[in-house]
Amino acid sequence: MEEGRPIFRQLAEQIENQIIDRSLVEGQQVPSINEFAAFHRINPATALKGITLLVDSGVLFKRRGIGMFVAEGARDRLLADRRERFAAEFVQPLVIEARALGLTTDHLIEMIRKGTP
Amino acid sequence: MLQHTCFIKESQRYPDDFKPKHVFAVAPGFFPHWDADFAHELAAEFRLPVDRRIKKLSRGQLSSVGIIVGLAARAPITIFDEPYLGLDAIARQAFYDRLLADYAAHPRTVILSTHLIDEVADLLEHALVIDNGRILIDSPVDALRSQAATIAGPAEAVEQAVTGLEVIHRERLGGFISATVTGDTEAAVRRARAAGLEVGPVSLQQLIIRQTGGTPTEHEEVTR
Repeated sequence: MEEGRPIFRQLAEQIENQIIDRSLVEGQQVPSINEFAAFHRINPATALKGITLLVDSGVLFKRRGIGMFVAEGARDRLLADRRERFAAEFVQPLVIEARALGLTTDHLIEMIRKGTP
Repeated sequence: MLQHTCFIKESQRYPDDFKPKHVFAVAPGFFPHWDADFAHELAAEFRLPVDRRIKKLSRGQLSSVGIIVGLAARAPITIFDEPYLGLDAIARQAFYDRLLADYAAHPRTVILSTHLIDEVADLLEHALVIDNGRILIDSPVDALRSQAATIAGPAEAVEQAVTGLEVIHRERLGGFISATVTGDTEAAVRRARAAGLEVGPVSLQQLIIRQTGGTPTEHEEVTR
């Protein structure tokens, strides 16, 4: 896990990413708290916190005595969420760096069209 | 109380003619939750010569004896006081992995004092840093991780971004400044990013070094 950000958030994001890229599909069971803890070498309480975050936001749901599963519609909701944050998290830093380098908006649009600098 | 507590210290003394197998044989008398099979398994994993006199064991092997007792005792309160002396990186990782897995299967309170902070940072739930007998940090580790950041860039812009926060460390290189801040860093990090400044994380180890002012002293970590 990387430094600087709470581990439970990173764990939650990783699971979200797996749902977005479809390595975890809706209705599928996710690993147990202890499996997450052992795999990432983190405290089980931390893993529980990350999973709880996703249960609270409706991305995962619990089946008592069986385990945790990806909720129906989770992917669409995550995508909508991420799209909303895209401007602040990716476009803004891009524009700031472009400005520092003296690139105009037209330059930037041109680069994006070409896909490469 | 004592039977609920297992204290593994760095310089545990044993009777002169004791071998590790004798230690494991008497352990159930002290620890009611002792798991003999688990002890056996651990001894094999740590390649501990159970039939050799303890006096003849290497520093690392002696540490293994303590680690095995501490884990297999399954005491509700288990204290490891720097249990890794003489162990190489592979054996230490084996210890951390075993500790984590067994703690997950049999939850209990584990207190671990260590100087190797980076190695255990991710395992910890709560950290207590003691500096010269004074408690310097007493906090959930998650809170500590998001509590500090390093912001770097042109001096004036950095100073503006960190206004209102506690700056625990400053490094200057000409007109360039790197400031380590603690507190509610979220807003400052956002301001800094928007201003094109570099924002970097602070590891638990770095944070502790900064908080203690960088003077070499004794520190303790606690996990539960």
